[in-house]
Amino acid sequence: RELSSESNIYIYCFNILVFVTLQQRDPMLKRDGFEDILEERRNSSDLKYALRCYAPVLYKGVTPCKANMLKNIVLQSDQLHYVINQVSQESGEAPDIIQEEASVILEEMAHRLQISTVRFFAFALSKAFKTLFQHVCVNEEGIQRLQQAIQEHPVVLLPSHRSYMDFLLMSYILYTYDLALPVIAAGMDFMGMKFVGEMLRMSGAFFIRRSFGGDKLYWAVFSEYVKTMLRNGFAPIEFFLEGTRSRTCKSLTPKLGLLNIVIEPFFKGEVFDVNLVPVSISYERILEESLYARELLGVPKPKESTSGLLKARRILSEDYGSIHVYFGQPVSVRSLAQGKVNRSTYNLFPRHIPRKPMEETQSFVNDTAYRIVRLQEDNMVLKPWVLMASLLLQNLEGLELSVLTEQTVWLRGLALSYAAFLDWPDHAPTAKVVSSSLALHRGLACVSGGRVSLVVGEPLGPVTPEEALFNRAVSVLSCASYRNQVLHVFLRPAMLAVAMLHLSDEVYNCFSFLWDMFSNDFILCPGDIVQDFEEACYLLVKTGAVQMPQQDIVMTDIGQPTLSFFNGLLEPFLQGYQVVCRYLCEEASEGLTEKQYIPAVRSFYSVLCVFTGNLRCYEVLSSDMQKNALAALLRMDAVRKVKVADQVTLIVNKMAVNSIDDILGKNRMISHINQTQISPGLSLVAVAEDLYRDGLTPSYIR
Amino acid sequence: MLTSDSCLSLHKHGSSMASDSNSSESQRIAQQRLRIIAGHLQKHKDDDSGTIATECKAEANKGTVPRKRQEIMKWNGWGYSDSKFLFNKKGQAEFTGKRYRLSGMVLPSLQDWFENTFGASVNHKSPATPALNASAVPPASLNEAFVEDLKATGIPFSHEAEDRVFRAHGHCLHEIFALREGKKFERVPDMVVWPNCHNDVVKIVELACKHNVCLIPYGGGTSVTSALECPPEETRCIVSLDTSQMNRILWIDEKNLVAHVEAGIIGQDLERLLNESGYCTGHEPDSMEFSSLGGWVATRASGMKKNVYGNIEDLVIHIKVVTPRGVIEKSCQGPRMSTGPDIHHFILGSEGTLGVVTEVTMKIRPIPEYQKYGSVVFPNFEAGVACLREVAKQRCAPASIRLMDNEQFQFGHALKPQVSSIFTNFVEGLKKFYITKFKGFDPHQLVVATLLFEGDRERVLQHEKQVYDIAATFGGLAAGEDNGQRGYILTFVIAYLRDLGMDYYVVAESFETSVPWDRVLDLCRNVKERINRECKERGVQFQPLTSCRVTQTYDAGACVYFYFAFNYRGLADPVHTYERVEHAAREEILANGGSLSHHHGVGKLRKEWMKESISSLGVGMLQSVKDYVDPDNIFGNRNLL
Repeated sequence: RELSSESNIYIYCFNILVFVTLQQRDPMLKRDGFEDILEERRNSSDLKYALRCYAPVLYKGVTPCKANMLKNIVLQSDQLHYVINQVSQESGEAPDIIQEEASVILEEMAHRLQISTVRFFAFALSKAFKTLFQHVCVNEEGIQRLQQAIQEHPVVLLPSHRSYMDFLLMSYILYTYDLALPVIAAGMDFMGMKFVGEMLRMSGAFFIRRSFGGDKLYWAVFSEYVKTMLRNGFAPIEFFLEGTRSRTCKSLTPKLGLLNIVIEPFFKGEVFDVNLVPVSISYERILEESLYARELLGVPKPKESTSGLLKARRILSEDYGSIHVYFGQPVSVRSLAQGKVNRSTYNLFPRHIPRKPMEETQSFVNDTAYRIVRLQEDNMVLKPWVLMASLLLQNLEGLELSVLTEQTVWLRGLALSYAAFLDWPDHAPTAKVVSSSLALHRGLACVSGGRVSLVVGEPLGPVTPEEALFNRAVSVLSCASYRNQVLHVFLRPAMLAVAMLHLSDEVYNCFSFLWDMFSNDFILCPGDIVQDFEEACYLLVKTGAVQMPQQDIVMTDIGQPTLSFFNGLLEPFLQGYQVVCRYLCEEASEGLTEKQYIPAVRSFYSVLCVFTGNLRCYEVLSSDMQKNALAALLRMDAVRKVKVADQVTLIVNKMAVNSIDDILGKNRMISHINQTQISPGLSLVAVAEDLYRDGLTPSYIR
Repeated sequence: MLTSDSCLSLHKHGSSMASDSNSSESQRIAQQRLRIIAGHLQKHKDDDSGTIATECKAEANKGTVPRKRQEIMKWNGWGYSDSKFLFNKKGQAEFTGKRYRLSGMVLPSLQDWFENTFGASVNHKSPATPALNASAVPPASLNEAFVEDLKATGIPFSHEAEDRVFRAHGHCLHEIFALREGKKFERVPDMVVWPNCHNDVVKIVELACKHNVCLIPYGGGTSVTSALECPPEETRCIVSLDTSQMNRILWIDEKNLVAHVEAGIIGQDLERLLNESGYCTGHEPDSMEFSSLGGWVATRASGMKKNVYGNIEDLVIHIKVVTPRGVIEKSCQGPRMSTGPDIHHFILGSEGTLGVVTEVTMKIRPIPEYQKYGSVVFPNFEAGVACLREVAKQRCAPASIRLMDNEQFQFGHALKPQVSSIFTNFVEGLKKFYITKFKGFDPHQLVVATLLFEGDRERVLQHEKQVYDIAATFGGLAAGEDNGQRGYILTFVIAYLRDLGMDYYVVAESFETSVPWDRVLDLCRNVKERINRECKERGVQFQPLTSCRVTQTYDAGACVYFYFAFNYRGLADPVHTYERVEHAAREEILANGGSLSHHHGVGKLRKEWMKESISSLGVGMLQSVKDYVDPDNIFGNRNLL
């Protein structure tokens, strides 16, 4: 609120900056075309393809390194020796015992790339892909750039992560184009799948434990292993910046650990440069679609197991549309760091001694990670269905097919003018596009009597209100995972629209409030707030939704549909955060632990819903949104974490939460719910506690 | 107050030294006394210094360098006028003159190497302007009062254009390039003075202070840091103080193995004169043919045989410097002192900003009984560096040990003179076959270390074996004395070769650094890569030559020397392009843990990095010394700070 005077200045500067922004965004509009790699597979022998000569070019012509040699280099490195001695001194164990431990860790971690296994996968995946997908499209210019980059400097491949499929797919594509196969950082969970785990290892995966916070030795082995591969350029390194598969199809806040490791050799001068290659993998239909929705609603993720994988065979009978893989422009770490990090600060410390990165470096790595994720977003291919899902979610009661078609066409125009990478079939009539999208996603939406609505799974037998809510939520969340794919295109103007329509007259302040609030939910680069605001203004002005006379932002007549669409787009998030605030203010007990938080919010909302029956913000049931809302409140100091005897307790500053709720909640429907509708004296939490007693899973998800 | 203090100390100094008995003792005492008198009379500037000057002139000048340097040296290139590379009518390279081992020889492979490496052609010439165009030289702006007083002292001086221009530059690429192009000079010295001895310098400095004239000391003129460039903003009369005539060995003390030498002496004269008495200093910087003792002190020079003899800071025992505040010197010749920070270290590396080094007492050694060159071939640069590191670790480095990378190895081969017999040809071929085919060395990877051993015969042979044994553990193969010796010849002719390159659109330069052992490889690789990348980005049409060698080993690191050259056809401003690339290369060096300079110095070329290198506090410390010693910036070359 104190920012108000600044906002005028920002708007004043706007006119000058529009031009700059325009120039910044425009180059990204130039995107490569795609080639379908399955086409050739459908016309020639898979066996021949799997057995063909594979001789990729390597970094500066190095000879590929045998897995054993690599392990020896790591085990004999000064870096590792230093830590082994350190750990030995601390623990009192003899260094050779620690060395042995290191060797065991490395054994558990290291990949054992074998060309025969790769060939097996090349064969099997060809078969599977042809069954599952219509097309697997790759931008060949990106492949050419990658090939160039691999020869010049060590390459780190950074794909988006939406599916288990991702890394098999990546290796498959690189094999197809005769490029060096990457070594891939994979979570240890795969190791649970005995046989498959080993197969993956032999196709280039190396396995890291999910958490090894304090384990110095583990960290040393791990980071030295990765750096050795990078320094010697034996293979491109691949990992997922997002750390895990995004269950919501929104990009996740990047994790920095591995990025720090691969960038450090550049700062230490051990390599001239490192090329980061963002890769955007877009699925028309995600294999794990409904699995994700259930997971978000608290049904535990099925443990990776070979038998589970075999059971998943049934997915082979379905059509998953096409996949687009876009290899982005390689990003040179050297160019990025120019003027931001002074490398000579590394001169005064032996390079083999592990050190916490300096503040300057940390913020550089953080910034880089965000930029890469945004580059991934920029090149994500969007299908027409994504637009339709966004519209359907704003009309949960369903809408006329003709209206949906008409609005989809309108939205298409909007998306294109906002530089969305939309894959809209050429020369096909719109009705055809809409109907074929509906056909592909018939599990999510159906047409009956000329009306399109979401499909809600009908369980057998009588349905409890909780079960009904759960089923409804599954279908909404599944659908939302498609809408989420387009959010990065609309996010900034949408936040501005919300700020204009609802919050207050100080538009920049409101925008910055939302920006801050949502920075866990969306990829908003730290420090980019002003730039994002300018971009939002620019885009809204560009499409004629607002005008900016003098120092003001005014909605135009024709802007009404755009702004209200944007408002509707963010509505579920605003409502979700508000529910969380409400819960914390009204129901949260003292000594609420972090563990209890998610189920408690979930039950608070279910109860609210069951009792009142008229709530529509199903997305708040998603653990993702709950976590993000909590993270935002923690960041805004409205909630504090306190560690009490092994448990982390949340201390709620009700005043602060209330005021956030106020800002969010003006004119919002949840505010008029009268708590007295629920039986007096019985708090929601009490009801919830009944439901969740003894840690039992709520009945509706059994 | 301060002046009289320093006189007192000088006086004490003089009397304590009186017990030293030596052949030139009486002369020295006389000079000492005169200086003391001069100190006492500082208030009365016009004393009888004329007599001192005449006394100085009494001795015949035995030095190589005449006052008119242009009589024997090129005015727009390196070295002697009679020695230069050229491509003869048959297109073969030839080195003219009689002075060097290569002189008069034909180098059959140089042309191929030259054309292939640079994409240059002997048909595309870029000849230099033949003679100095006097109209391009700004007229001398003289301080008449100073000139009058100077005349009275009898010290020779000149304000002829040729003399002035010769002292307006060192040997940076941009300086030589401008001379060749016949560009108009922005600022050159207004006059040149040639003092004959210490007292002449005292006189000149006094007059300069009196008349507020800017002095720029000039020794051998081999600077590669723009140190001799006149600051264009300098409005006072600039006087170049050429020390070349102060070139005598004043005495040799065989008991303590030290010699007292006038600082204007150049390296080759110093060695030659000492050799006549059976001694040497062993200080052999690559520029020793022309660079001067005073210049070595002023830039912290390093010689290739420093492993045996030490760098200049290890060699000097006593320094005498004339500053605007008076003369600085220590009162004894103790081999080491604990008397606060060593004042020699204010002088060493001061680059002419504080005063003129006039006399130096330095260590000498008997000429070694035996000298032997050697060489070792390694499969790659990594193995070579590992070997040098081990040699340094075992502290058994020969007098010189240098590791040339593959590019320089090939360069060296291109300089092989025509082989006279078929037999030698055959042996060469056999050697090559053995190394590349039998031993499996990749001719595009292998590198060579050149060695020079010195001492008594037995020790040399023993030492040689030790070094070759270490080399063998890193896959090194002994490759003969010839290869070794040729490596060192390259050092002396490289600057002549640059002139040849410039005749054919190729610009070249060298630069150096020192770096901890563990970063040597990374630094070499990254700097080369940076140069290649910058050249590409700046529109250089041809692949540049980037080459490096490890030229010195220390306990904790090494000195690395880079050559960098490219064909500039198609570039509008090759010098500017060159400078941007060198700038980037220097940034890369600093980012990779290398120093700003190992022995070339800072000059004006690298001033911008001084704060980063020694901290702003460090710069402040140096500045405060400058402010105290030279408050009016008489020594106004503006180097270093």
